[in-house]
Amino acid sequence: MIARALEDEGVEYIFGYPGGAVLHIYDALFKDCRVPHILVRHEQAATHAADGYARATGKPGVVLVTSGPGATNAITGIATAYMDSIPMVVISGQVQTHLIGEDAFQETDMVGISRPIVKHSFMVRRTEDIPAIIKKAFFIASSGRPGPVVIDVPKDLTRPDATFEYHYPDSVKMRSYAPAQRGHTGQIKKAARMLLGAKRPVIYSGGGVVQGEGSELLTQLARELNFPVTNTLMGLGGFPGSDRQFLGMLGMHGFFEANMAMHHSDCILAVGARFDDRVTNTVSKFCPGAKIIHIDVDPASISKTVMADIPIVGPVQSVLSELLAQLADLRSKDPGLPDADALGRWWGQIEEWRQAQGLMTGRRYGDSDMIMPQQVIESLYRVTGGNAYVTSDVGQHQMFAAQYYPFDKPRRWINSGGLGTMGFGLPAAMGVQLAFRDMQVACVTGEGSIQMNIQELSTCTQYNLPVKIINLRNNYLGMVKQWQDMQYEGRYAMSTYEDSLPDFVKLAEAFGHVGMVVEKLEDLDRAMAEAFAMKDRLVFLDIFVDPKEHVYPMHVAPNGSMKDMWLSKNERT
Amino acid sequence: MRRIISILLENEPGALSRVVGLFSQRGYNIETLNVAATDDPTLSRLTLTTKGDDLRIQQITKQLNKLVDVVKLVDLTEGAHIERDLMLIKVRASGTAREEIKRTTDIFRGQIVDVGPNVYTIQLTGTSDKLDSFVRAMAGFDILEVVRSGVAGISRGEKVLSL
Repeated sequence: MIARALEDEGVEYIFGYPGGAVLHIYDALFKDCRVPHILVRHEQAATHAADGYARATGKPGVVLVTSGPGATNAITGIATAYMDSIPMVVISGQVQTHLIGEDAFQETDMVGISRPIVKHSFMVRRTEDIPAIIKKAFFIASSGRPGPVVIDVPKDLTRPDATFEYHYPDSVKMRSYAPAQRGHTGQIKKAARMLLGAKRPVIYSGGGVVQGEGSELLTQLARELNFPVTNTLMGLGGFPGSDRQFLGMLGMHGFFEANMAMHHSDCILAVGARFDDRVTNTVSKFCPGAKIIHIDVDPASISKTVMADIPIVGPVQSVLSELLAQLADLRSKDPGLPDADALGRWWGQIEEWRQAQGLMTGRRYGDSDMIMPQQVIESLYRVTGGNAYVTSDVGQHQMFAAQYYPFDKPRRWINSGGLGTMGFGLPAAMGVQLAFRDMQVACVTGEGSIQMNIQELSTCTQYNLPVKIINLRNNYLGMVKQWQDMQYEGRYAMSTYEDSLPDFVKLAEAFGHVGMVVEKLEDLDRAMAEAFAMKDRLVFLDIFVDPKEHVYPMHVAPNGSMKDMWLSKNERT
Repeated sequence: MRRIISILLENEPGALSRVVGLFSQRGYNIETLNVAATDDPTLSRLTLTTKGDDLRIQQITKQLNKLVDVVKLVDLTEGAHIERDLMLIKVRASGTAREEIKRTTDIFRGQIVDVGPNVYTIQLTGTSDKLDSFVRAMAGFDILEVVRSGVAGISRGEKVLSL
């Protein structure tokens, strides 16, 4: 019944791992199910792969795991998806109904354990409810503010000898769940007026624009008004990264010009972003002169940390299209809006910041006799023509990738922003590669993160997934080391393991892949090109980078504002 | 400020734990909690009291509304409302104390619902404030046990919380 419902739901892949409680389901998948199943090597990887698939395609990722350890192993991946609002349906096996609560073999209270990190969860109590529950799960996971949904299925309710009439519902109606369909017209009109009166505006857009398919409308709006745009880590690609109007990422490791523009702005249009602590720095000092318009599908995201002057609850697509119409209407009556002179002065100021300290224009990273990590990302950008799907793990490499690989399209940048899950990159890349077999998929990682799910090299062998792993190897847990440099006088507590790192080339080869070491800058582009030329092979590029390098800019904390940044080890604003 | 939030909740296993879990997960406090089925067996009515400034209360109600099992909710303290807490209190009552306790109970319009040779069990309903005052008034006696139901509440007038 589950297998058939997944077929009817149009599921493309199931990521999972079998075990006692789900064997009936696996048998059904094996016997007659058109949906291919991808066998991972650890359940956490199943969730990340489904997550990567969902981020790249916009469709919910589907996971199937067994009870007990299968379920608990999936938790980190569910939390990752929850924090970044990624649609996912996780089906977990459960011990037989009569054993629940008896501490049976491989029993765990999955609904209980996952409660704080799911959008919703279901415990199946009657077999005949399964199709309706699956339909509801997909609807909840992918509507409103998306998120993971868990379905816990006791084994006895999947017995093959019990037969029931199967009916997969066409639609779902739930009295207690009705996500906003459109924004409030009065509020949108107010927002349009405020935007047209702004003298120093900034558009601050987040993951909601990417997930809510609002990129085109947002880009149109920014271009029509000639407003500068900054993206959050999750929002990269929501506005073309190589566009002149793009100020780069904002926040803790945001671009100088983006953070400066935010701080000095008089009007911020926040779209699908949630003013999280990695963006705002000290909330009480956040953008003192700015009026804030906040568009989000989740009312709880609005005025949670920073008060919005004009809150608009609704899906970004419908709100932005209505906003565009309102703007056009107001401008047809007064073509002088927005004030071109004021905007010209504002752009002049922004250009000054950009020329002085911009990562792409003014400031460059230092010289070294080793490869600089930023150079690796720049090489990746050159070789892939900026068109790759890039997944990342968590740490310095993640920030370098976010800074130095301008994404022109949404859904190309795939990283764990909210939870910050090391070990995300490789399995996520598998999900992306399965979704887009012919595209270039790179996993930018570090030797710390990659070892957290290194076993997935085996899955890549089994399904012939030619992911390119770009390992920025500095022999340290780089971001931890950076903080220890800055705040703990260079005491590297447990952040190094130089003598115990594996030979990644041999390791890759052991799984049947290609491994390459790059130590010199002059070899970098060639090795990168060679790796991507091997279209049907997974290549592990182990690139030795300068361990002394830090990620800059970096917000001064605690008590700093948006404009308080370290620009290098000894310069700050 | 103290708030009374009343919720219509799907009468499903696990629904209550979602509400309670939300409070501990996000660092909010529940001061009292009361839950029971309504006339519609598919719905429970849950009433809780909590404290916080306007912003926090707004965030609490938004987060509660996001729970799929929450059908509807109202902050009763936003308008005129009736709140009732039920208390059962057992006190040692012997000698001259018996008469004094009886008098105090009458003043608070409580009832002695169980009598033993040495104890009274008193039932009292009213606002939480009233029950607190009664407990204070009993301070001079030997209180053996206190049980309170937590606040249940309803809006005054025509306003109703229903589907």
